Amino acid sequence: MRPFSYQRATDPDTAVQALSAAAAANNPLTQARAQPLAGGTTLIDLMKLDVMRPAALVDINPLARDWSAIEPKGDGVRLGALAKMSDVAAHDEIQRNYPVIANSLKLAASAQLRNMATLGGNVMQRTRCSYFRDVSYENCNKRNPGSGCAAMDGVNRMHAVLGVSDQCIATYPGDFAQALIALDAIVEITGKSGARSLPFAQLHKTPGNTPEIETTLQPGELISAFSISGRWPRSVYLKARDRQSYEFALSSAAVALDVQDGMIRDARVALGGVATVPWRAREAEALLKGQKFDDGLAQRVADAAFADAKGRRQNSFKIALGKRVVARALQQAVTMEI
Amino acid sequence: MTAAAPEPKTNMGQPVPRYDAVVKVTGRATYASDMPLVDPAYAFLVTSAIAKGRIDSFDLDDARRVRGVIDVVTHENAPKLKDSKLFSNGGYAGTTIQPLKTAEIAHDGQIIAVVVAETYEAAREAANRVKVSYTASAPTATFDSPGTTVAAATGQNAQFKEDPKVGDFAKAFDEAEVKLTASYETPTQHHNPMELFSTSCAWMGDELVIYEPSQFVYGLKYGVAEQLGIDADKVRVVNPYVGGGFGSRGSMTPRTAIIAGIAKRLNRPVKLVPTRDQGFTIATYRAETRHEIKLGARRDGKLVALRHEGAEVSSRPDAYCVGGTKTTTRLYACPNVDSLVSIVRADRNTPGFMRSPPEVPYLFALESAMDELAVKLNMDPVELRRINDTTNEPISGKPYTSRSLMACFDEAAKAFGWAQRSPQPKSMSDGDWLIGYGCAATCYPTQMGPAAARVRLQRDGRTRVEIAGHEIGTGAYTVIAQTAAERLGVPLEKVAVFIGDSDLPPAPVAGGSNSTASTCSVVTMVCDQIRQRLFKAVMPSQSLTDKAKETVGIGQTPATQAAKGDRPLDLEKAFDALGVGVVEEYGEWKPEGAPLDSFRAMHSGQVRLVGGHAMKDQIAYAFGAEFVEVRVNRFTHEIRCPRLVGAFAAGRIMNPRTARSQLMGGLIWGMSSALLEATEIDERNARYVNDNLADYLVPVNADVADVEVILLSEQDDHINPVGVKGVGELANVGTNAAICNAIHHATGQRIRKLPVRLENIEV
Repeated sequence: MRPFSYQRATDPDTAVQALSAAAAANNPLTQARAQPLAGGTTLIDLMKLDVMRPAALVDINPLARDWSAIEPKGDGVRLGALAKMSDVAAHDEIQRNYPVIANSLKLAASAQLRNMATLGGNVMQRTRCSYFRDVSYENCNKRNPGSGCAAMDGVNRMHAVLGVSDQCIATYPGDFAQALIALDAIVEITGKSGARSLPFAQLHKTPGNTPEIETTLQPGELISAFSISGRWPRSVYLKARDRQSYEFALSSAAVALDVQDGMIRDARVALGGVATVPWRAREAEALLKGQKFDDGLAQRVADAAFADAKGRRQNSFKIALGKRVVARALQQAVTMEI
Repeated sequence: MTAAAPEPKTNMGQPVPRYDAVVKVTGRATYASDMPLVDPAYAFLVTSAIAKGRIDSFDLDDARRVRGVIDVVTHENAPKLKDSKLFSNGGYAGTTIQPLKTAEIAHDGQIIAVVVAETYEAAREAANRVKVSYTASAPTATFDSPGTTVAAATGQNAQFKEDPKVGDFAKAFDEAEVKLTASYETPTQHHNPMELFSTSCAWMGDELVIYEPSQFVYGLKYGVAEQLGIDADKVRVVNPYVGGGFGSRGSMTPRTAIIAGIAKRLNRPVKLVPTRDQGFTIATYRAETRHEIKLGARRDGKLVALRHEGAEVSSRPDAYCVGGTKTTTRLYACPNVDSLVSIVRADRNTPGFMRSPPEVPYLFALESAMDELAVKLNMDPVELRRINDTTNEPISGKPYTSRSLMACFDEAAKAFGWAQRSPQPKSMSDGDWLIGYGCAATCYPTQMGPAAARVRLQRDGRTRVEIAGHEIGTGAYTVIAQTAAERLGVPLEKVAVFIGDSDLPPAPVAGGSNSTASTCSVVTMVCDQIRQRLFKAVMPSQSLTDKAKETVGIGQTPATQAAKGDRPLDLEKAFDALGVGVVEEYGEWKPEGAPLDSFRAMHSGQVRLVGGHAMKDQIAYAFGAEFVEVRVNRFTHEIRCPRLVGAFAAGRIMNPRTARSQLMGGLIWGMSSALLEATEIDERNARYVNDNLADYLVPVNADVADVEVILLSEQDDHINPVGVKGVGELANVGTNAAICNAIHHATGQRIRKLPVRLENIEV
């Protein structure tokens, strides 16, 4: 850990200003000299490991006054970015109409972490790739662009099989993001030039040739809220992992269905633990729409979801596992009582 | 009585609460790095990023510029230290790889520099700014890596004297009606005790005090003195509480003498608290092992041939090995036995003791193979054990001092509901989950070592017991206090226990499950010396009847005296007769069969444990049986173990509360070693990858649903004066096999490599 300055921002303008200062040194954003501090459950961890070395922390927790509400919005819901994971998971409306959100949050991390961590910070959580998190390895394209990737032929059991590139196979570790991408959430962003919004699917960037660039956020921009339209009571989050709690997904599926008289009218499938970014399996969804559900269909959908998957020495099992998880999540969603 | 404090059965002490319960739960227990130091400097380690090669140069400018940095110590300016031999070769060290001596790198994460600063934060920041240029060469990581050397353990490890064998294995196996050959593997594991590998060194003139979590304060005292080239009388090691040891603090690591040397040079206390990941490479670990088991049996299940071949990884210079064949060749009746243990050298740090070092990997192999044989024979695995149960070990025919293996199987089977198991694999399920039941035997050698104690009794009954034992969370304070209270007939709350300090009378290493047997035996003996003095004072020697002599001797408790009609000792009367206010006694005890140099060794930090198979005319082991329920998800293939039942017989149980707690922890660890724990090695560069508690998986509460510990009553008068076998390392043995056996029952799939992960399941 290295010395840093600490500033408490009591309003969004101050936060944005503090984070935009010295913008020239702010690219890529992951290495920006000023970083926002919310729950701190990723940032402080990475600072202790010397992976992130910000010179300035801007504490945005005071913004929670305006940015932590869980509120109905039209026929949907709006979630403040500074709401705590545990509060959202326990919220009645979320449990009733968005079980995929409630469960993705509940199955993440530990109770203590969920009490600290915020939604905005959670979607910005950085990869758990061991080589990324250990600075004694020089070759990490994400941390040290152009240096190579130690994970490619190393210990890569936890790594991604979808959205990978020759430069990086680091898994996006979160759970909640799969629910957001599945439900077509909109991200509300506050920045230097005011507010903007974008589909959640456009927030994260696959590694390509620039794994150090992880999102489309610009320096000084902060996520203020996520909004979701419609209600999705028929939705599940299924997570397969090595232990029963406090562990990242080896494979997970966020599934939301709209079923009328046995016919699937709308279907959303997102995958976690297997991809470099929150992953929407649109080809798989297309197979479901307008169909009656059966196990054969579930299998075809699962196969489609992983059609482009690319396994490596230790993580190839995730392809077969991911398919079973998708198929089972679909079965659970179809049969759940709502 | 509660679940945590089981009702004592015959030959069990009371389940009194822990002596140190309140200080621990209120956070007042002072661990090594809590010890107050006057004006300390803080050290932070820099460790190597390569596993083999040499350091060409350091660039320390950036580090030295950090405000508050006092010094950066490298091999170029480190204090000169003498070498210590490996503990198994008569030294004190857990490794002979001494860092900061030359530019050579022998393993990943070797200490290559120590930054010393006015604050921890400055030391850490400066350490981050140290730049190192290496010339790296290709290291050898593990089995199958290019560059290993392999040789039999006999002849290179002084503590592994011979490969046990008897009869004619080859012929018997060849002619056996039923045969099994199977290979097994266990992974690298690290202890990861909660308390980090800290050390603080403070000099007062030429006298050194070391605060460090240690399972052997005398060993550390003499080892550090040897490395510093000073008289051991000048070194004191203090650690009243140890935040977990599991073997990792049994032998000296190089860090201590280095920090002591730096503190001497600075003329100021130096405190080191290494990071979690540094703990993976600056201390020891359980090395990965490989096994081949051959079993030959008659159709009725009777074993006729058994061969166990084991291979273990060690470092280049040190021939560490656990050699569990000493146990697996003796567990069951079998006339023809063969075995071989090899050591495979790689570019690794030296491995060391980790909870039940020989038995965890070696019984995994044997107890898995026994289950496989039971399947081949179409026999209940419990019955296969019963058929091969024995009163004498097969290698030299010595009788077990006591052996309750089948009683444990029967008790545990009943509590578990083994009778409800449908034997066919894949025949039990619950919704998405396939259910499997499995079982395995556990055993651990009964060991004890020479120990000394000082006990002081006051007229008002207040008692002070001093012994350099160790509280590693096991309940050492509690059982020592209970022993003294019971023996002297004073209330428990009047007994004060002082341990974890090398200024106290010596006790053995807190390892090999010997502590309770050794410390309580000597405390009993010294309490009896006090009783003897007091009795003599009230009874003129000529009137000392045989009965009275008996009551002051070892082997009687006040409770049984009362039964015999003897009056309890009237303390005030005895003190009046003696004419003193305090009686103090010091005594030294050694177990039967201890080597001649035992007491000399004890006073120079050397371990002389006896017991197990190495006793003269007998063999002493504690036994147990473990039953588990495993659930395998038919879709995700996730494996969970919601139920563990273990029954154990280990001689006298001093305190059912602390014993249960240890055994329960053992069962949970056993489950962990089957399903979760493994240190991942990057074979390209021989480096540990998941060196933190997020990625090195251990069970969380949600993984541990139902654990039942059954303590069997057992009396053994052949082992030591207190009749204790020790329970610390009994319960985490065999669990890994029980779980794989249950996975086979659940899925029909036999898994022979640990840990079992969901990708290994093919349902």
